[in-house]
Amino acid sequence: MTATTELRRTALYEAHKALGAKLVDFHGWELPIQYESILKEHAAVRNQCGLFDVSHMGQVWVYGPDSLKFLQTINTNDIGKIGPGKAIYSHLPNEKGGVVDDVIVSNMGEDRYLVVVNAATVDKDFVYFQKHTQGLKVEIDNMSDYYGMIAVQGPKAAALVGLDYPKALELPRFGAMMTEVFDQKSAITRTGYTGEDGFEFIVPSEIISRLWDNLLTKGRALGCAPCGLGARDTLRLEAGYLLYGQDIDDDHSSYEAGYGWVVKLDKGDFVGKANFEKQKKEGLKRKLTGLRMTERGVPRPGTPVFVDGKQAGTLCSATFSPTLQAGIGQGYLDRADLKPGAKAELELHGRRVAAETVKMPYYASEDIKNAKA
Amino acid sequence: MKSHEWVCVEGGTASVGVSDHAQHEITDVVYVELPKLGRKVAQGEAISVIESVKAAFDIYAPVSGEVVAVNEALTKDPALVNRSPHEEGWLFKLKPSKPGEENGLMDFAKYQEFLQSPAAHGASH
Repeated sequence: MTATTELRRTALYEAHKALGAKLVDFHGWELPIQYESILKEHAAVRNQCGLFDVSHMGQVWVYGPDSLKFLQTINTNDIGKIGPGKAIYSHLPNEKGGVVDDVIVSNMGEDRYLVVVNAATVDKDFVYFQKHTQGLKVEIDNMSDYYGMIAVQGPKAAALVGLDYPKALELPRFGAMMTEVFDQKSAITRTGYTGEDGFEFIVPSEIISRLWDNLLTKGRALGCAPCGLGARDTLRLEAGYLLYGQDIDDDHSSYEAGYGWVVKLDKGDFVGKANFEKQKKEGLKRKLTGLRMTERGVPRPGTPVFVDGKQAGTLCSATFSPTLQAGIGQGYLDRADLKPGAKAELELHGRRVAAETVKMPYYASEDIKNAKA
Repeated sequence: MKSHEWVCVEGGTASVGVSDHAQHEITDVVYVELPKLGRKVAQGEAISVIESVKAAFDIYAPVSGEVVAVNEALTKDPALVNRSPHEEGWLFKLKPSKPGEENGLMDFAKYQEFLQSPAAHGASH
């Protein structure tokens, strides 16, 4: 980002400043990296609850009788599987078998779907959407500038959200509903990016400050803390979630990322399906592999990974894991044969340090495990 | 080169750590890579690394000399650098090989002045 480019601010910018947040440039958005401490914010989400401003995320509405047909064409996952009031995680495929974006699609009933996309990809996604609407009775509406978004995450999230939105407590994991927040039409989904139970509020920007203040004021009594992008990254990496543009992109497929479960080859045609089928049939040459350091040190994106003395790849996401108290990271290794527990080495500051491959995710909360069961 | 380490020379040993300003900028310290005992370094040489959750910061030797002690307590509790940067959070001790070198460094008042300058924020920690 050059100095001449003005950073975009969310409607909560003043609230972040007042809370003493340290702000950084995240894909052109000026957002908190932390308020007080990444470690404290991380712990708040794992043990109590955290509040995140994720207003930079994009929201696109899809309406019309061919909504489902359209969404099936541009998603790897089976959108027909979710009834009204349910959401699903999915990848948007490109023609060559790579990924345009990773999204959450919510079925809000009556042929209306809400697609939440990544901040850096809003414009790219919208062009991609438009390209695939031809001949279909479908309308797409990019509402990213209209909405703000707050994530409430952690074992106490339900207690907090239930105070003013008791209906939201009826949502199962990946449930979605429309409701009113300060008299404005809004969406609440039981989703998140932390590996904990939690909710995401999608509300008009004009009332988001009131929602933030209300949740934070009431949340303080439950140990709720405002959390920045720093904790968001450590939490999501521990939970095994991908960061688009870093872990997955137009040149890496869902299969290579270990997300074959979001590709439903039996659901009918979708963009690039033949190439996804081909990959599945031919097997993988490289695979996103999770590593955990067995010696001390902190790996970073770009850290080289060695297996059997040869470089097998580099880490795309890596950090110190506050939960495991160890360095963790994931990278595409050209050793798709490796099983969890295989020995590896990371090169940190010119030194080879011991690590081993692990089964992902690094961390799963009881709430999430129970929701999956 | 102006950077954010402090050095305290006493009885022929130079103790080294980072300033309170630096620990605040680094944020939560989660790991400190300490130098090996006996290593000989020149003034200004990168000798140690302080790691936060988000980034790594090189630490430079404020004076030339030989590493004669490292703060083992940081292995178990790296956050000592945050809690007590000027005392319990010291990093290592050098036996200076060029006595008097420390006289060329900033004193506390000069450092406070330096912190007001834009250069302080582009400088290495």
